[in-house]
Amino acid sequence: MTKNITCVTCPMGCGITVELNDNNEVISVSGNTCKRGELYAKNEVTHPQRSLATTVKVDGGVHNVVPCKSAGPLPKEKIFDCMAEINKACAKAPVKLGDVLVENVCGTGINIVATNHCPEA
Amino acid sequence: MLNYDIVVIGGGPAGMAAALKAKECGVDSILILERAETLGGILEQCIHTGFGLQYFGEELSGPEYADRFIQQVFRQKIEYKTDTMALQVTEDNKVYAVNKTDGLLEIQAKAVILAMGCRERPRGALNIAGTRASGVMSAGTAQKYVNIDGYMPGKKVVILGSGDIGLIMARRMTLEGAKVECVCELMPYSSGLTRNIVQCLDDFNIPLYLSTTVIDIKGKDRVTGVTIASVDENRRPIPGTERDIECDTLLLSVGLIPENELTKNVGISLDRVTSGAIVDEYRETDHKGVFACGNVLHVHDLVDFVTQESQIAGEGAAKYVLGQKAEAEYITTKGVGAVRYIVPQKVNIKNEGDVKLFFRVGSSFKNATVKVSYNGQEIISRKRPRLAPGEMENVLIKNDMLKSFSKDGVIEITVEA
Repeated sequence: MTKNITCVTCPMGCGITVELNDNNEVISVSGNTCKRGELYAKNEVTHPQRSLATTVKVDGGVHNVVPCKSAGPLPKEKIFDCMAEINKACAKAPVKLGDVLVENVCGTGINIVATNHCPEA
Repeated sequence: MLNYDIVVIGGGPAGMAAALKAKECGVDSILILERAETLGGILEQCIHTGFGLQYFGEELSGPEYADRFIQQVFRQKIEYKTDTMALQVTEDNKVYAVNKTDGLLEIQAKAVILAMGCRERPRGALNIAGTRASGVMSAGTAQKYVNIDGYMPGKKVVILGSGDIGLIMARRMTLEGAKVECVCELMPYSSGLTRNIVQCLDDFNIPLYLSTTVIDIKGKDRVTGVTIASVDENRRPIPGTERDIECDTLLLSVGLIPENELTKNVGISLDRVTSGAIVDEYRETDHKGVFACGNVLHVHDLVDFVTQESQIAGEGAAKYVLGQKAEAEYITTKGVGAVRYIVPQKVNIKNEGDVKLFFRVGSSFKNATVKVSYNGQEIISRKRPRLAPGEMENVLIKNDMLKSFSKDGVIEITVEA
């Protein structure tokens, strides 16, 4: 069986073809133009992952929220669970870029880190 | 009156990169004017990742990309004024600006770098029928509400326009609990990156309706729904294809326009295709000492390219201030056929370096050949596996080739399928 996917690793958006055997194991990957594309394609057909960018509430900051991202890719099927947990969190100003705002989100082993500063109001 | 060698208008990625490069080239007296409360420009609200792959070789969010430059501006002690609105650039390169603490500022500059960016096409430019109910806004406005202010502007959303901002907001609104009913695109193709169609729409089963537009907006105080319809090849709605969709919010992502009011007021010539200034290879406009870079010059698809272009403008402005800019003998550049425009529009053949010509095509190609000719004679031919309207392309003109040209010559770029 073959699967055609579009790589979302970078803005190139390469069209990649993955060949799978009957046990759903990857036999070959073609169409990618870099190593990261190969890895993405293998993951996408076995256990798809996405990185997540969102915001976390801030108490006492110049803004109500500070942007954040997952420090690594998360299992795609857990994205909405992660959103729910992140939306429960509240950081205290000042927040610095790189601060860990949620540890080990939904037991994935991945931290949610601030991607901007939020000084005290 | 204040005096600076270089005044940079706009403290986004373009303005910061230009200022930093000018400083690196030996100009110390630089002032950045920024309208918003912080440096960073539109990147501050672009919290998704995908920035910096070209320039830094890593994937950053918008604020992270901006922060790298903001920290450098701090380290290099480049002066800046935030919350400051530039009002006018004069014939003799004076800049008038205003803010709450200084009042009206009169700044004499030797060189001015225009880096004001672009703005979104508003509803008024679209002629959509319907009421003036609240809930109709540009995708970028919604992005600011959600990502900076922390408010959700609606719960049931229709998005018109499938450019990247529209796609990104479809995902963002969905992640925050809204139901995005559909994305409508007037053209038969999306102008957004394929990766964004995959990770912003397909991942969340949001339908993308091509050759479809919004023809009516309903609701008295708040939007209650829109009517969409398919369009024919002339982009006119086809009777009988109308469909009502219930929603409380309509987001518009229908194009970006360089913000060139200051540019026009000082009489700088604009390119009709880019809606930005006509510039030379250092991004100097036809007004001596005034440079332009970033989205105010032409709308870019990647901020990484904005950075690179702005460094060229920063270097140019520094050379101008330091009296190092070569006397000009210009040739012009011209896009032919599928090549919609080329930046720069003119090139000084006395330039000591190589010159990259950036261009954009009007339609998609696979395995096409980019051909460059000088006065009708082919000088470069390059294969490209694919070309798309959403992706800027470039060709390099080597300096020895440039040296062989003579004044008033014409370089043409065309694409052969």
